[in-house]
Amino acid sequence: MTDAVLEREPVQGGAAVPEGMLRQVWRRFARHRLAVASLVILVGLIGAALAAPLNPYDPNAQAPVDKLQAPSAEHWLGTDSRGRDLLARLQYGGQISLSVGLLSTLLTLVIGTAIGAAGGYYGGWIDNVLMRFTDAFLTFPTTFVLILISALLRELPYPQLKNSVLVVIIVIGALSWMYTARLVRGLVLVLRERDFVIAARALGASDARIILGHILPNCLGPILVNGTLQMAFAVITESGLSYLGFGIQPPTASWGNILEEAQQHIFRAPWLAIFPGALIFLVAMAVNYIGDGLRDGLDPYLVRGAKG
Amino acid sequence: MPTYALRRTLQAIPILLILSAVLFAIVKAAPGGPLAAAERNPNVTAEQLARLRDRLGLDQPIYVQYGKWLVNFALAGDWGESIKFRRPVSDMILERLPATFLLVSAAFVLMLALAVPAGVIAASRPYSWFDHTLTTLSFAGQSVPTFWLGLILILIFYIWLKNPFTGEPLFPAGGMGTLGADRNLLDLLWHLVLPTVALSAGYVAWYSRFLRSSMRDILNEDYVRTGRAKGLSERAVLFKHAARNALLPLVTMLALDLPAVFSGALFVENIFSWPGMGRLFWDAARGRDYPVLQAVVMINAVLIVAFNLFADLLYGLLDPRVRYD
Repeated sequence: MTDAVLEREPVQGGAAVPEGMLRQVWRRFARHRLAVASLVILVGLIGAALAAPLNPYDPNAQAPVDKLQAPSAEHWLGTDSRGRDLLARLQYGGQISLSVGLLSTLLTLVIGTAIGAAGGYYGGWIDNVLMRFTDAFLTFPTTFVLILISALLRELPYPQLKNSVLVVIIVIGALSWMYTARLVRGLVLVLRERDFVIAARALGASDARIILGHILPNCLGPILVNGTLQMAFAVITESGLSYLGFGIQPPTASWGNILEEAQQHIFRAPWLAIFPGALIFLVAMAVNYIGDGLRDGLDPYLVRGAKG
Repeated sequence: MPTYALRRTLQAIPILLILSAVLFAIVKAAPGGPLAAAERNPNVTAEQLARLRDRLGLDQPIYVQYGKWLVNFALAGDWGESIKFRRPVSDMILERLPATFLLVSAAFVLMLALAVPAGVIAASRPYSWFDHTLTTLSFAGQSVPTFWLGLILILIFYIWLKNPFTGEPLFPAGGMGTLGADRNLLDLLWHLVLPTVALSAGYVAWYSRFLRSSMRDILNEDYVRTGRAKGLSERAVLFKHAARNALLPLVTMLALDLPAVFSGALFVENIFSWPGMGRLFWDAARGRDYPVLQAVVMINAVLIVAFNLFADLLYGLLDPRVRYD
């Protein structure tokens, strides 16, 4: 690891990772066949979700006559209890579920990196306070607190909180940054003692410049891998919350809240239970494999086949 | 070690205090407090309302209210009264705990019964088809949403597959016993199967992978080579010498994961109408019954803290090389 890191040290600011390194990472990533397949599947699913307007059916148009229809040429994946086209709902729901996953993951990484980097870099009482704060968050029984908070927010007299998508993104992000914070802190603790950081400091670089320009670019790999795990967690959490009725609120579709009525109609319409869940499963699995591939790609010492 | 345990316990207290304050604030901020019904009722006079407020201590400063609530909660076991059912929350939770404990312990037994042999076999035959299947399954297990797995299990074992002799569903879709039938152990176990499988599936895959990697490390140890050299059967080497040591880190991991299994139970209880704490929590969340929500969250937080501590201490007990300073 040392050589690679030291080599790209003189590069500053925006272009922290030179082309050569990216190419190396990609080459190693590409050897993980399942990870590449997962990337293709994920891109395909995102494309399918974005193609929602091409579907002639309105996801919210109710047609009671057509309710609980089995998959057919007209309705490829069948209809739900209000006669809405399931494919259309899954496409629009996919836009919601995937953006919630992505945005809450970004939020998690930003909060976690900020707290971890500050704690690791400054040390002393700042680190102490931040890490106790992190410990406190780690004792929260996350699922229960998520439900409690979303139940509460819905009741407060602020109409902007009714935008359940934003609320879910923030609540998931705010309750899952702790692992990122611990990870980044550990990395920063080691990196801040390295020569290139000491050199930067000797040259009079500000703390912000050292952290953002010198230390964090070197943490990018582990943070990315952590981000993929978090993304899988976020997609599953969002769908779980929505399934229980405390996530994305109907009529806005999400993969989780489509499943909400699935159990009730499981005799007549098993497709309502199968398809949305299979998509959640597929996305989580794809993201986990991509994370595994990234881990391989970012580890220059790895020899495939000799792992474990 | 006793001093270490004491110090860790003392460190946990401020964290729980912060959490309890946050929960108290949430319940305070929630609309529809204990007086909401009375305030809406036109027959309740202002004077009666004031008396009620006085009796509930709502006119005292907020920190006094918090202090009283905390003392009642932690020391007197008084967890308040359910807004919806007008019953002590502690009674409601204690009624539900046995069902949850039964489900969670059954899931743990299943996890160990499947994960330990699977992990040991995979480690003894690395890169075999069994090992590769297990790797794939562990990714699947990590990625499958518990509640969806529950739905699919119902679909397969309740709707699609029938008992060939009676034509009845293979497994029941919910509840803890057949309605109208006598309660007996066999019936209970029959109802326990699907929820247990749904709850433990993800962990089985995960733990077997974990055990595989710690077994791989241990199989390189000298004492394993010694065992083989003196002619022990491979079975004895694997299970008696290696697996025992590989189980050490797993024990701590089980303790750390227990609280997560409780939140998994929240989904499973919901799908299988299992009358446990998770189901109670969900009903309370739908009915905005904040005292119940507050108590359940607090209990789970205490569980997490307690099991973190337990895992730490257990590790020291099981592995004498670990030192506490």
